[in-house]
Amino acid sequence: MKQPAFYGVGLPYRSIGELNGKLFVVEGPDRVGRSTQLNLLADWLESEGHATSNTGFRRSQLTQDGLDQAKQGHTLAKNTLSLFYATDFADRLENQIIPALRAGFYVLSDRYMYSIFARDRVRGIDPEWLRQVYGFALVPDLVLYLRVEVEDLVPRVISGGGFDYWESGMDLGLADNLFDSFCIYQKRIIRELDQMAEEYGFVTVDASRSIQAVFEDLKKEILKVI
Amino acid sequence: MYKHDYPGRLIIVEGIDGSGKSTQLQLLYKYLAARNYTVSLSEWNSSPLVKSTTSLGKKKKFLTPTTFSLIHATDFADRLVNHIIPLLKAGVVVLADRYTFTAFARDTARGVHPLWVRNLYSFAPMPDIAFYFRVPLEVSIDRILTGRTKLKYYEAGMDLGLSRDPEESFKLFQERILKAYDGMTEEFGFTVMDGTLPIEEQQEKMREIVDRELEGFKGLRRPVREVAVR
Repeated sequence: MKQPAFYGVGLPYRSIGELNGKLFVVEGPDRVGRSTQLNLLADWLESEGHATSNTGFRRSQLTQDGLDQAKQGHTLAKNTLSLFYATDFADRLENQIIPALRAGFYVLSDRYMYSIFARDRVRGIDPEWLRQVYGFALVPDLVLYLRVEVEDLVPRVISGGGFDYWESGMDLGLADNLFDSFCIYQKRIIRELDQMAEEYGFVTVDASRSIQAVFEDLKKEILKVI
Repeated sequence: MYKHDYPGRLIIVEGIDGSGKSTQLQLLYKYLAARNYTVSLSEWNSSPLVKSTTSLGKKKKFLTPTTFSLIHATDFADRLVNHIIPLLKAGVVVLADRYTFTAFARDTARGVHPLWVRNLYSFAPMPDIAFYFRVPLEVSIDRILTGRTKLKYYEAGMDLGLSRDPEESFKLFQERILKAYDGMTEEFGFTVMDGTLPIEEQQEKMREIVDRELEGFKGLRRPVREVAVR
């Protein structure tokens, strides 16, 4: 059991109490295999007798419809979209993550604020502003960073349904085709995540290897914490 | 917030519900329009995306102080980028009924950190004049509660659990907001207006202050309209 730690001002209007569970985050760029690993981790933890709860972007009941529509091309300005994502994050934190942690669950989060920082920073949003906005965010127990090079992502995109508008950062006008844009955009995202890996103490795992090899590493890191 | 150097001017009014600020702003709009300024009374049309989210959150009572604050900031950012900033860049006198200070007062009354909410809105330009219409709590409560059917849940601050009675909760909530406004007066250099004075007297004073601010102001020229000749 432990008292919650926040990145900034936290949630001053409520007392969270003690958190009996643990918050595990799996970070990494699009198509790196986060959901595959998260599913394996959930199965493994549950087979060990731990209750798990999973969360990820755009799953808040409050903002889901709005964010889904925004992705379908109803464009919002960069600040607006950034704040919309922050709303989604805060809603899931207060209404899902914290209650699950209090109840003793292991929460598996498919990305966390770091991915939002990366996508926003690439779009020119002030990093210091973002850091303070996310001052309400809980510090996770462990952040597992699935690290690859863009070259490792491309084959996975091709075999997995092709290039996606948002995953390629086409809204930034970086290139006139999805392939070039994807490479430039994801390279920048990876660079941002690399910087944060140091700053926020991620545990970096080489995700260019087989699913099983990556999974074994993730398990090892989680066992150190539980 | 940052000091802007756009060719336009931004004039805003703040105050608790029932302080008379909207009435005064409407009158100011008439005055400036009659004096041939290109003036825009900022209409708070939310983007449909954000609006549906806000309504959902309010209807289902999903909102916490943090998400309440964030969703309103989202909405504000959208209006700022799509409405206020383009007009200021074009040289228009923009009049806004409520601005960031409403969020500062209301959200801190809900218990969010005062510095956190100020940072949240740091992307907004500082207004050239911020009028704060100050009235004692009893006056505003009286104005609001007479001839009003029902207070809404968040409007009455019912989410704070101050009282089960909506009217009582509203009073306690407004009291906190009033305190927050008073506390901001110096910080943001509000031009304080006595909202208990007769409407005409307040308006006269408001016009004097605005005239001074607009001295030598060029702004956007009016469109040339040719008279159709039959």
